[in-house]
Amino acid sequence: MSEATNNTQAIPAATSRLLLRAIDLSKRFPLSSGWWDRNPSFVHAVDGVSFDLMAGETLGIVGESGCGKTTTGRMLVRLAEPTEGQVLFENESGDLEDIAHLKGQPLKDFRRRAQMVFQDPYESMNPRRTIFDTVAEPLQVQKIGDHAERLERVSETLGLVGLTPPSSFLFRFPHELSGGQRQRVAIARALVMNPSFVVADEPTSMLDISIRTGIMQLMGELADRLGISYLYITHDLAVARYMCSRIAVMYLGKIVEMGETEEVLQNPVHPYTKALLSAVPVPDPEATRDPIDIKGSVSVPVDPLPRCRFYDRCPIADNFCRDNDHPPLQDKGSGRLAACYKA
Amino acid sequence: MTTDPVLAVDDLKMHYVTQAGVVRAVDGVSFSVERGQSLGLVGESGCGKSSIAMTLLKLLPDNARLVAGSIALNGIDLVPLSEDEMRPHRWDRISMVFQAAMNSLDPVYRVGDQIVEALEAHSSSAGRDAMERVRELFDLVSLDPSYILRYPHEYSGGMRQRAIIAMALACEPDIIIADEPTTALDVIVQDHILREMQTIQHSLEMSMIYISHDMAVIAEVCDVVGVMYAGKLVEFGPTADVYARPIHPYTRALMSAFPSVRGEKHELVTLPGEPPNLLDPPGGCAFNPRCAYATDECRTTAPPIVKRGDQWAACWNPSDE
Amino acid sequence: MATVNAQPAVPSSVWRARLRLASRSVRENWGLFVRTRIGLLGLAIIAMYALLAVAHPVLMSTVWEPRIYDPVIGYAFDETKQPAPPSLKHPLGTDPLGRDILSQLMFSARSEFLLGLLAATVTVVIGTSVGAIAAYFGGWVDTILMRLADIMIMMPAISVLIVLSALIGVEHFELALLIGILSGFGATGVVLKSQALSVVVKPYIDAARSAGGGHFHIILVHIVPNLLPLSFLYMMFTVTSAIFSEAVLSFLGLLNVRMSWGLMIHTTESAGYLLQVAEFWWLIFPASLSITLLCSAFYLVGRSLDEVVNPRLRSR
Ligand SMILES: Nc1ncnc2c1ncn2[C@@H]1O[C@H](COP(=O)(O)OP(=O)(O)OP(=O)(O)O)[C@@H](O)[C@H]1O
Ligand SMILES: Nc1ncnc2c1ncn2[C@@H]1O[C@H](COP(=O)(O)OP(=O)(O)OP(=O)(O)O)[C@@H](O)[C@H]1O
Ligand SMILES: [Mg+2]
Ligand SMILES: [Mg+2]
Repeated sequence: MSEATNNTQAIPAATSRLLLRAIDLSKRFPLSSGWWDRNPSFVHAVDGVSFDLMAGETLGIVGESGCGKTTTGRMLVRLAEPTEGQVLFENESGDLEDIAHLKGQPLKDFRRRAQMVFQDPYESMNPRRTIFDTVAEPLQVQKIGDHAERLERVSETLGLVGLTPPSSFLFRFPHELSGGQRQRVAIARALVMNPSFVVADEPTSMLDISIRTGIMQLMGELADRLGISYLYITHDLAVARYMCSRIAVMYLGKIVEMGETEEVLQNPVHPYTKALLSAVPVPDPEATRDPIDIKGSVSVPVDPLPRCRFYDRCPIADNFCRDNDHPPLQDKGSGRLAACYKA
Repeated sequence: MTTDPVLAVDDLKMHYVTQAGVVRAVDGVSFSVERGQSLGLVGESGCGKSSIAMTLLKLLPDNARLVAGSIALNGIDLVPLSEDEMRPHRWDRISMVFQAAMNSLDPVYRVGDQIVEALEAHSSSAGRDAMERVRELFDLVSLDPSYILRYPHEYSGGMRQRAIIAMALACEPDIIIADEPTTALDVIVQDHILREMQTIQHSLEMSMIYISHDMAVIAEVCDVVGVMYAGKLVEFGPTADVYARPIHPYTRALMSAFPSVRGEKHELVTLPGEPPNLLDPPGGCAFNPRCAYATDECRTTAPPIVKRGDQWAACWNPSDE
Repeated sequence: MATVNAQPAVPSSVWRARLRLASRSVRENWGLFVRTRIGLLGLAIIAMYALLAVAHPVLMSTVWEPRIYDPVIGYAFDETKQPAPPSLKHPLGTDPLGRDILSQLMFSARSEFLLGLLAATVTVVIGTSVGAIAAYFGGWVDTILMRLADIMIMMPAISVLIVLSALIGVEHFELALLIGILSGFGATGVVLKSQALSVVVKPYIDAARSAGGGHFHIILVHIVPNLLPLSFLYMMFTVTSAIFSEAVLSFLGLLNVRMSWGLMIHTTESAGYLLQVAEFWWLIFPASLSITLLCSAFYLVGRSLDEVVNPRLRSR
């Protein structure tokens, strides 16, 4: 994996190449409560998220279920339009370009270079198409290779993700595969075109350790060799530790902490990150864990109040946190960014 | 705990007929689960864990064949039951959180209505009562009540999974089969749900079969654990024993090289070789091509059962530490 | 990915594999279809009428003398009194104008089939496109198509046809097109759209988009195939309604057709025999029974297809 870059604000262009920049991305979904409602409520799924991604780098996103990880990923590959903000992506000639304006052939080129592994391997495959059709679809719509070449490339990719022998999987339908096998098909589909950027949305959550490790190694190797960058969405911090050079911790649509993976995991700054780490189960039946240090209420991203999003559950919050807007993402030393007044 | 098992499975065999041949997804599996006990099932992807679960509920696809074996639920054998006779058992006595949880919600109905429908179909609670129960259940799985009246596509992956867990718990069954129920959940919500489920389990003496690849979660949740490989159980025993002193080489491989967030970051190791092809599994012990201790016996003859206390394994060369 | 050397085991021909898959799915679905019984009954009736339709030109060119047996301009010179009751030479008797009823029946079967299948095909092509397009694009496209559907559904089809046939002479072909358009843009389109709505929210549509697939690709490859089973079902129901509407219109004498089952009843009626069913049964029963049988046959096939494509309806 490539050299991790700590500083996200200013990019030293000489050391590595900037591939993608998200600027103040926000996505709000209106809550449909009826046409008579003049002031509809909004789900603030993603709320002012900015980061940079270098070529060959893997950025992990971890965070609570429903905090906007998938939505962020979808905006990066233009499957969802941001309500506010921009996504800049390196185009064929090496310049950063706003993907919102792509059309026609440039859009198609972008699609070839930016892929997504979808979170749900059950719904992200057309039940009427065979595994071969599914994995070959990107090649087919991008008109890459002839039939025989596609067949070979698909078989090769299936072999890489551990679906061996490929011939016994090519002409099965998705419902004839196990959960983990489908997840590997989803990964194969994203990798088959040699993209330069992949949003991997919990790509290995249904895989056992051994196969998961194999796939993590494969993805790491591709990052090294071909300079693929990943946005790796996961809830498994151990996986993030092995895959990602940097991680961003999200809470209710906001990035609350971001920095080098080892740094963040070994000495977290934000109280939410601390709670997250203390909730990781230990593979030892005898061991006991300290209870989690946050209050148990459910978090809802509907029309949040203008204060720290984590206020209601925070163990260290005080009046200052209540009376001020959500804290900005600040440098807390050695390139670590955190959004907390108290840390 | 009484000695009467809630569920006793004996020599269960379920095969899929495909055009390439017969997939032996469940190939002679026996185990039992006692009242209030939770059994963990672990094993490589594609080794047949979900297939066992679907067989227990007799929710099999058209190309599946239940070849042999018996499934005794509270002493009643489910195997010979017809679909109509099976229906009252499902959900009321044995319910399931599917691995495909995220897509078992109907996209055109609101989630709350779907749970109410399930409740009304299986219990006497109706109307206001049922809605009240849905609120309780949503609270249990940390979902905000405002989501009750939303459609599945407005949920995130993890929220859908939680809605399905709520639905499975709705009828307070005798035994619940959870197939990777928390794969899409962050650790805090997972922790909360597992704790809640354990509380319910203890208060209702509910049993549970928990399928997962996450050894850490199994360690926290399950009393006994079964390790599967290529459609067969290869090791079974109390969780503490299996984790402390695994007998089968495959179990040992599973236990080692577990990635961890804590402590030193060590190299991850993968199991050498390829996952077994269930169309044509290796002879003798199916694990032999990937086993460091394999001998000629392993390649030709099915391994014997080795016992150590409550723990057993099917292996020719058991670890004797 | 060009590094892996291991030659993947590729089946000798992709097309052979596809063919095998297709034949397997046909076999499986056929098995389910057979299990429903009523579907088979429907098929048997349809086959019988198809046989009659095919046999007619053969008989005409071999054993039946056109002068006597032609369904429109023939005359049974061998009978003394018209309508004549069934006899050996005229198994179903003759009509008030002295034409052979069996010949009329068989001749009409062909046009009934053509009418039904054409109407159904038009319905399904339009309905599937409307459903898929409205659901996929949403927004104003959806609004326009659905308002159009409302109009189509509100229009009473029979009275529209009456007006039209008064204005332009409506024949079988026009009738089929009309029925197809009315139901395709109308009810069938709406039903298929609601099915398509549950398809367009599926992540595999997103997956196809992120692969670079255009609108056309997504609609054709991902949405339409998931609608086809349902469209096929509606095709069967359209056949039924087309044959039935034709019968009604011909009976009212509003269709500009040479011969049809409805017209046979119309002839009986205008000659004043309609209320003497008991005495002149052969004038009424063959035609009306055929209409009923063929309509219900397609309906039965549709019903059992419904069970094949909707596993929820299947009684295990
Ligand atoms: N199409 C939609 N309409 C309305 N709300 C939506 C829609 N898609 C997502 N949301 C809401 O946006 C928020 C973020 O969803 P998202 O799928 O990004 O979460 P996530 O971080 O990926 O969670 P998980 O880990 O559970 O998958 C959730 O509250 C969800 O309910
Ligand atoms: N309907 C089917 N037809 C044919 N083969 C099938 C079918 N369903 C599953 N299989 C095969 O049976 C084997 C066992 O599948 P199963 O879903 O039980 O695995 P699993 O242990 O749950 O794996 P995972 O952890 O990946 O979910 C797999 O190799 C799979 O490819
Ligand atoms: Mg998600
Ligand atoms: Mg499974």
